[in-house]
This record gives sequence, C-alpha cells and structure tokens, in this order.
Amino acid sequence: MRLVTVAGPPSSGKTSVIIKAAEALVGEGITVGVVKFDCLSTGDQALYERRGIAAKTGLSGNLCPDHFFVSNIQECLHWGEQSGFDLLISESAGLCNRCAPHIKDVCAVCVIDNLSGVETPRKIGPMLKMADIVVVTKGDIVSQAEREVFAYRVRQVNPGAVIINVNGLTGQGGYELGRLLSAAEETVSLTGRLLRFTMPAALCSYCLGQRRIGSDYQMGNVRKMDFS
Amino acid sequence: MDTGNETPSYSAMPSGELLRNYPCAEDFFTAMGLALPPAGESVDAYFGRMTPDTLEELGVERRELGERFDAFMALLVSLREKHTGPTIDSITIQGGVDKSGAAEGFVLTVAPGEVLAIVGPTGSGKSRFLADIEWMAQGDTPTRRRVLINGAVPDPSRRFSLEHKLVAQLSQNMNFVMDLSVEEFIAMHAESRLVNDVAGITRTVIAKANELAGEQFSPRTPVTALSGGQSRALMIADTSCLSTSPIVLIDEIENAGIDRKRAVRTLVDERKIVLMATHDPILALMGDRRLVFKNGGVRAVIATTPAERANMAAFEEMDARLTAVRNALRNGELIEHV
Repeated sequence: MRLVTVAGPPSSGKTSVIIKAAEALVGEGITVGVVKFDCLSTGDQALYERRGIAAKTGLSGNLCPDHFFVSNIQECLHWGEQSGFDLLISESAGLCNRCAPHIKDVCAVCVIDNLSGVETPRKIGPMLKMADIVVVTKGDIVSQAEREVFAYRVRQVNPGAVIINVNGLTGQGGYELGRLLSAAEETVSLTGRLLRFTMPAALCSYCLGQRRIGSDYQMGNVRKMDFS
Repeated sequence: MDTGNETPSYSAMPSGELLRNYPCAEDFFTAMGLALPPAGESVDAYFGRMTPDTLEELGVERRELGERFDAFMALLVSLREKHTGPTIDSITIQGGVDKSGAAEGFVLTVAPGEVLAIVGPTGSGKSRFLADIEWMAQGDTPTRRRVLINGAVPDPSRRFSLEHKLVAQLSQNMNFVMDLSVEEFIAMHAESRLVNDVAGITRTVIAKANELAGEQFSPRTPVTALSGGQSRALMIADTSCLSTSPIVLIDEIENAGIDRKRAVRTLVDERKIVLMATHDPILALMGDRRLVFKNGGVRAVIATTPAERANMAAFEEMDARLTAVRNALRNGELIEHV
C-alpha cells in the first residue's frame, strides 16, 4: 500500500483537495482510504464517506495533535492494509505551523492557500519546508501576479518540492495531484522509521496540568523572552 | 531536478563575492530568518558553525540546509536564464475523446502572437482543455489529449517547473489580497521574476495599464482600491511584461472600463498565445480561429471567415455607439438621442 501524509494550516483546503484527488483516482479503479486527524470535532469523515471514500477519524482531544498522530500512524497503516486500500492518505492540521510530522521516505504533502499572504511560506516550519509536494489552493481568488509571487516564495523556502495548484471547488489540478499521489513509494511498515524532523520540545509544568501563571509554578522546559 | 552539469559551487564562494554576483541570494537568508554570512566567509562555513539550537529553530538539518541553498541557487540561475532559454515556436494539441468517448479528431498547432477564442456553454469542457495544456497532458488525463511543444513531447520535468509554466490565467474574479500600492505590488512581482531593472519595468507596466484602463490610476493607488476594469488592465499589462508563460488565458473581458481590443493586442505584441473564453462577438472574431466545445470535447475548430471578419466592422460600430452612451451616462448627460 502507498501512504501519503497531508498537512497544512487549518482552512487551507486540505479536505477539498484530498477529495478531488481521491475522486480522480477512484474513477480509475484505485481504492483510497483517508485517516483524518483533528483536535476537537470534525465532520470530514461524513464528507469523505458521502463520496464513497472510506474514512476514519482520530480526535486528539487534550493531547498535542501531532504527538497523537505519530502515536497512531502505524495502526492507521495496519487499518489501511486490512481494508485493502491501494492508497492511504492521512490528513492532519499543522496547528502550530511547525511540525505536522512528515515521515522520512513517506510521500509528504503540504497544502497552503494563496489567501494566507505572501509572507506565510516563511512562517511555516518543516511542515512546508520538508514537504515533497506543495499544493497551493484558492488561486482562482487572487490575481495571476499574486499567484506567481506566492509560488516563488514557496520555492524560496522549499526549492526541491513539486509545487502544484489545485482548486478545491472546481477540482482543477485534482486529477494531476492524484497522479502524483498514486506514484508514491510503497510503505510496508512504519515501525522504526524516522520523522523528518523533531517536534517542538515540550514537557513543562503546563503539560502536566498546571494552570497557575507565574515563575513559581513553571518547571521543566521553560524559556523566557528577552526584554533587555 | 538538477541535471548535474558543471555548476560553480556557490556555497564555497566567499559570501561577499556570492552576493555581489547574485544579489538575490540574499532572499534565501531572509526567507530562512537568518543573518547574512560575513563577507569573507563561505556559505558552507557559515552553515558549518551554526549551533544545533539554531538549526532546531529553523527546522532543518545542517546537511539539508546546504542542499536547500544549492537548490535555491539553481532556481535563481534558471530564472535569470529564462530569456536565453529555449523559445516556444509552437504548441500542438492533439485531440482525445469527449465525455462519451467519441474521438475529437483534431490537431491544432498555435504559434506565438495568435489569438484563439474558446466558445461553449458552462460545463462543456473548457476548463479541462486548459488544464490539459497546463499539465502538458500526454494521453494521461481523462480526455486522452496530448500536448507537444515545438512539435515534440516536452521534458516531463517541465510539468512542475515554476519557470516554465505554460499558462498564465487572468480569471474573471480578480481580487488583490495584498495591502500594497500598485507600484509596490508590481515591483514585488518583478523582484520574484528576478528582473534587473525593477523600477523601469514597474513604470512600463503601470503606463501600459493606464492606456488600457478607462480611468487612470496612480502608482501610489492601493491595489485594493482599483476598480474591476483597472485591476484587469493592470493584470493584462503585468502579464504581458512580467509573465514568462507563453500562453495567456483570459476569461471573458467584460465591457466595463477597459479597451478590450487593445488589451488583446498588448498581449499579442509580446508574442503571447492568447486563449480567450468569450461570448463577445468582437473578441471572438478577433481570434484567428475558435474552438467550439460540447460534451467535454472540442466539437469544431472554425477559422474566422472573411465574411465574419467583414461583419466585425458592424459590431464595432454598435460597440462604439454603446460606449458613447456609457460615457455620456458617466458624465451625467441625458441619453435621449441615440
């Protein structure tokens, strides 16, 4: 089975893009499954299922969503294999714009939208900088010049990626993205594999449930701002 | 993606020399949020002495940082060489099948400076046609069409090349989300195209746009304050001067606030292939040929006949009269005599 991780800031159009690409693949007889990672609630499973794409939802609740993702992705792979998919897509929002963990040697996609502004590519961490494919959405809403500037800014921070424009509403580019995804490497097992980058260091007193504010209550991995 | 040709090692050069020869290399450091390396130090050495903490914050490993820098420089160089790169003399589209699987049976070759009109109802397959061109389809899309450049199958790597995008698209709804003046906006675009004379080309684009727009705007006008017609004029001028894409697709230039014929000519003058989705008889007949879409396929390719061309004078007369009325309306005159 082929595995693809798709990440991107909230509302960048991940679900629409995946649906368009998956529909194109299903039309060619490829079976596609999706695992949707979210924090609190999501209606996306129904969105997928309505289009005949098998989907599972994982809600991270009070855990860091990316930690939740990485603790479950091996099991997701297992589910995908048991279900007999040709392609399994995991979808997760990079909420802090940093990790949304991509895995080494597993096709990594980042979805960002033209409306987020030309400075955004510089503000997104490994989620964008280490992706193999960058999907740029909402191109129909902005001018040609803005699309070109945006693509150039993406290229600056990730010169090696394939950049593809997809319109989540009309589906333009979805077919082409599907072709790229179906050419991903086969993934047999994830056990022992490496993430492309470490996640942000955590474990301070607040991770452990502290709610009070002030230095006296802060322990562990704490860093202070420099106001000098 | 790199062909592995003999390239100078940018990262081994003293950075002072590097930045003198390639001023845009500075963008790499700005984009990564890094200070510039000292002039005497090579980029390799600079990366080499970065602390693990800094790398951690960048979200990149040391080796990868070097690879990224090389890829970035390769991009810069290829953008700089775009004017000397292989030119496009023709684009050929070989027909595939429509939604029912019936063969389209056409072969269409277009050359720079040609205008092609695209007609057909919504959902008749126009978008898929354009997507096929954009993707340089090789019988691997639902329509099974093929696209050839200069009569040959293009290198597959062109499909994703930022520098070699085939189609620039001027769509119907054109908004600006950037909070910039016209001048800043065009300059930003020119910079991303690594143009040498940014100020000069910015002036040219604005002057051209003002020739096309019914109402003048200044370089200091915020782009968000432009009218629909002014935005269109600006984008047509911008695309003709700054876009490297040989094909420009225009979705229906509406009547308001722009000299439509001149807009098309501006693009043709820059040797663009102009594809125009339109139902406006004047624009459609300006085309050398028009593609008629139905049921997801090209139903016919009609060359504009001499008789049709002759009719154009009549349409232009009607159009001129309407324009006069429109101007009168704008000037607060009564429109009692037509």
